[in-house]
Amino acid sequence: MASLDDLKKRISSVKSTQKITKAMKMVAAAKLKRAQDSAEKGRPYSQKMNNVILNLSSGISDKSNAPKLLSGTGSDKIHLCVVMTSDRGLCGGFNANIIKKAKSYFLKLSEEGKELKIITVGSKGNDQLKRTYGNKIIKNISFKDSKNANYFDAEKVGKTIIERFEKEEFDICTIFYNQFKNVITQIPQVQQIIPLNSKNNNEINSEESYEFEPDEDEILSNLLPKNISTQIFKAMLENSASEQGARMSAMDNATRNAGEMVDKLTIEYNRSRQAAITKELIEIISGAESL
Amino acid sequence: MGEEFKIEIINPEKSFLSKDDVKEVIIPAFEGEMGILKDHISIISFLKPGIIKIHSKSGEEKYYVEDGIVEFKNNNLSILTSSIFSIKDLEKTKVQNLIKTAEEEANKSEISDQIRYLIDQKLEVLKSIN
Repeated sequence: MASLDDLKKRISSVKSTQKITKAMKMVAAAKLKRAQDSAEKGRPYSQKMNNVILNLSSGISDKSNAPKLLSGTGSDKIHLCVVMTSDRGLCGGFNANIIKKAKSYFLKLSEEGKELKIITVGSKGNDQLKRTYGNKIIKNISFKDSKNANYFDAEKVGKTIIERFEKEEFDICTIFYNQFKNVITQIPQVQQIIPLNSKNNNEINSEESYEFEPDEDEILSNLLPKNISTQIFKAMLENSASEQGARMSAMDNATRNAGEMVDKLTIEYNRSRQAAITKELIEIISGAESL
Repeated sequence: MGEEFKIEIINPEKSFLSKDDVKEVIIPAFEGEMGILKDHISIISFLKPGIIKIHSKSGEEKYYVEDGIVEFKNNNLSILTSSIFSIKDLEKTKVQNLIKTAEEEANKSEISDQIRYLIDQKLEVLKSIN
């Protein structure tokens, strides 16, 4: 059994850990509010953008001449996967969930005999993926320096993707991120951004006729690269809200567990103190009796 | 009533401006300035660097934009842009910074004609504000 001194040390160490997790929870809660706000405010932009593109692509008469970003390269051999994770740890299953989702997708791809290329956004994902998929990772982008998700960063990612697409380095691009549902649930998402998912194209009613200036093709070729950045920005916003949410609940749990541990240790400490006193008393009494 | 329509300007971070008493909006569309009044035909276009003028009941407002997409439908005008500044709040130093970055870009050799055209436009507009 541990000595009284050891127990005392353990208690104080658990208490200080609890203080840290509590503080982290508070910080995450404050940041969550902000991240959630900006995620909500950012939604109209990406939605509108999507609408406009859907309207446009339904207006395009000549599908075979459509820009490659919309219609694809015609093959699906090489897949580029953009895995978006956080730069910092201690946020529960946040990163692990994305990685799990991504890995199962990678497995499916390799079973189908497709070629895989990976871009990681955020250093945590890179750390976890480089063990098994180190040779597949072609680039790691990290935004450790920027405090909040901003459009400028998203544009940088978007531009790298488009550059590589134009060099025909891949045929299909998919992004992985966590969608923020609420503080305890984040849903890992797989979204194909190049070519644009044609499934959605059928859903809109093409009753609306638009006038285009200049013509559709030119607008589309101008718009599609922007849409990529927008989608990535949306993913970044969702991701940062999810990260804070995950961290908050993880730290909440940790704080509670630490509290339970302190209680248990305190009881143990008191018991052993009591036992020591009883032992001493018995020794004194039996000593007195033997006289 | 009867002469007004809705405008919404959205940038990636938030909804930048929303008004429903707008009488006329002049936008710097790609092929020239375009005035939009109520019951304009549905249109999609994109913007070049320039100034958006909004005439509403509460007065006239001006905004500087660098790029964007315009959609007009059912008397709803939506402008999506990643860089927009209210001219009223735009400070001299900010304008000068914008001019400086634009000039630096213009001095790069490997840009396409279209981008060069856009940068020239940008410089022209910025200098007129300054």
